[in-house]
Amino acid sequence: MEQIVNNSFKTQEYFVNMGPQHPAAHGVLRLLLTIDGEIIKNVEPDLGYIHRSIEKMCERDSYQQIVHLTDRMDYLSSHINNEAVCLVVENALELEVSERVKVIRTIISELTRLASHQLWWGVMGMDVGALTTYFYAFRDRELINDIFEETCGARLTMNYNIPGGLMFDIHPNFVKRTKEFIAHFKKKLPEYDRLLTGNIIFQKRTKGVGVLTKEDAISFGVSGPVGRGSGFANDVRKYHPYSAYDRVEFNEALFTEGDSFARYRVRIMEMWESMSIIEQLIDDIPEGDYLTPTKAVIKLPKGEYYQKVETARGELGVYINSTGTKNPYRLKFRSPGFSNLSVLNHISKGGKIADLVATMASFDFVIPDIDR
Amino acid sequence: MNITLSITKTINDWLFSIMPEGVASITVMVIIALAYLALFAVAGLYLVLLERKVAAWFQLRLGPNRVGPFGLFQTMADALKLVSKELTSTDRIDKFLYNLAPYFVIVASLIALSVFPFSKQFQAFDINIGVFFLIAISSIGVIGILLAGWSSNNKYALIGAMRSGVQTISYELSVGLSILTMVLLTGSLQLSEIIEVQRTGGWLILQGHVPAVIAFMIFMIAGTAETNRAPFDLVEAESELGAGFHTEYSGMKFAYFFLAEFINMFIIASIAVVLFFGGWLSPFGITEGITWFPEVIWFMIKVLMIIILMMWFRWTFPRLRVDQLLTLEWKYLLPLNLANIVLMAVMIWLNWTI
Repeated sequence: MEQIVNNSFKTQEYFVNMGPQHPAAHGVLRLLLTIDGEIIKNVEPDLGYIHRSIEKMCERDSYQQIVHLTDRMDYLSSHINNEAVCLVVENALELEVSERVKVIRTIISELTRLASHQLWWGVMGMDVGALTTYFYAFRDRELINDIFEETCGARLTMNYNIPGGLMFDIHPNFVKRTKEFIAHFKKKLPEYDRLLTGNIIFQKRTKGVGVLTKEDAISFGVSGPVGRGSGFANDVRKYHPYSAYDRVEFNEALFTEGDSFARYRVRIMEMWESMSIIEQLIDDIPEGDYLTPTKAVIKLPKGEYYQKVETARGELGVYINSTGTKNPYRLKFRSPGFSNLSVLNHISKGGKIADLVATMASFDFVIPDIDR
Repeated sequence: MNITLSITKTINDWLFSIMPEGVASITVMVIIALAYLALFAVAGLYLVLLERKVAAWFQLRLGPNRVGPFGLFQTMADALKLVSKELTSTDRIDKFLYNLAPYFVIVASLIALSVFPFSKQFQAFDINIGVFFLIAISSIGVIGILLAGWSSNNKYALIGAMRSGVQTISYELSVGLSILTMVLLTGSLQLSEIIEVQRTGGWLILQGHVPAVIAFMIFMIAGTAETNRAPFDLVEAESELGAGFHTEYSGMKFAYFFLAEFINMFIIASIAVVLFFGGWLSPFGITEGITWFPEVIWFMIKVLMIIILMMWFRWTFPRLRVDQLLTLEWKYLLPLNLANIVLMAVMIWLNWTI
């Protein structure tokens, strides 16, 4: 009897190509799913769809040019990526940038982080089916982009940093508008909570979904908000401060549940912390030069240099191996998205398709960051 | 005498005067069918526009405002575009089922529309098992969705269709049982009679108070689920399945699915209005004495309010997961509904209704 039943109702696993063009991939990530009905048996990310060989191109470019290429990696933290390259070049040249530059870089980095997290919040809502969040997030994100536009002319790929400082000084309105934005967003951030965080359906969709333990987070090299949602204290700003992070007080957002909801709360908390960092710095931006001049052709001394920064997605490391010429011999980016993606298969097995989407949303992937 | 009735009566008499009786009856039927088709198209198009406007209000946007005053012709233009579009299809589809599926969906909606009492005189088909007919007809639509998903030769469409089958069959139970609760109160399955009961005793949601309110809530949840709208739009979950079962449809065939969704919403709202809010009866009988007043206006106002409520759900809530959806139905709504029917029966037995 059992034999007959098994034969008549034989089920089989099947493959689904999720992506490269898929609404939940936020770009062109291809996932090879093995599914049994709705239950995910295996997730295999397949990279290479938008590989632009940025690292190889860097070996051909001068150090000023490399800064511009990094915009195109994690485009939502473009300023922070630029900063990473600038810091590593400045460290190699032993170039001392002014305090003013450090403070401005930090403020704009935090604004970038806010803008990135706002976009993530909108998209997170959209991925779990609440389309309205996207527009609320963009209402507030526009204000940050306007500040960027006034300061450096660009809204997304900023190119404001150059080795030695900044391309130009901040706009006279910068301080005023940033303060206005902080005042505005302090009122609006609780609205985010009212719309999505407290929603019972949203909590059911994210709590206990895609649970990542602290041990796994460490062994897979997960960083950023994803790691901090699992209780892995890894904030580069806190433990290896750069720019002006050593002079500000802020709490590292840490949650120990390790599920999608914990990652969500980490980012919401980080938005509050970012606002607090900006408030501590914005009132007294020290006077000084906005640029320490460098030679037109920068040649790094022979040797290996490494610098890591905290982007909105996690730890971005830049490794430069120089042979003393005007181009790096080898340049390697340790991008947060790539390491975070590696854990996806591990934590989404056994869940539903909808769980995979919610997990991916809480990871906040930017595909060009994964696939350079 | 009512204006609408006098107009239709004049046309009817005129047709019977110029033609033999048999031909005239058929002509009348065709005219009524055409009128309903027109209503169907217009209602569908303007519900789409309303949805886009409501979405815009919720999302800090303006919504369509370029084509015609307040964008009133926007959906007309969209429909024209869809009519003129090429009907593409994928490779190795089941051609017969693929072409049949949209008609299943749209015909089911259209037939269901025919029994509604829009006003006292404006009802095409007043059968004595109206409620039963509605439940029976509205469950045909899911066949179209299943066929569409199956025949498209697309795994996403198939997943969407499977979800749809699971969802509609489960929630049909809750819709049926909450309707039955109200039928218990009225003692009739005929829609016009259900409304007549409310003329003297007040709206059924007041007559039945506690169990009626529970039945209304369950009906709204299950009805939203049955129309496959958010938060139960797993069938076409955009972020998971692209467009779900109608991924491979284009042009007018896609438009059929799209229109049917909105007409289904209209149907669910109409059932709610008939069963809970007195159909075309005016609130507190304020236009009771005015004979020329077209009662269809009250019906439409009530339906629109329910529809806007459903749109409110859609633009606020995230989507449920498929197992949560089934848990909600089988573990919570269904037992609650069964208990509610017993409660209603006890209430009627003890004469506790208002």
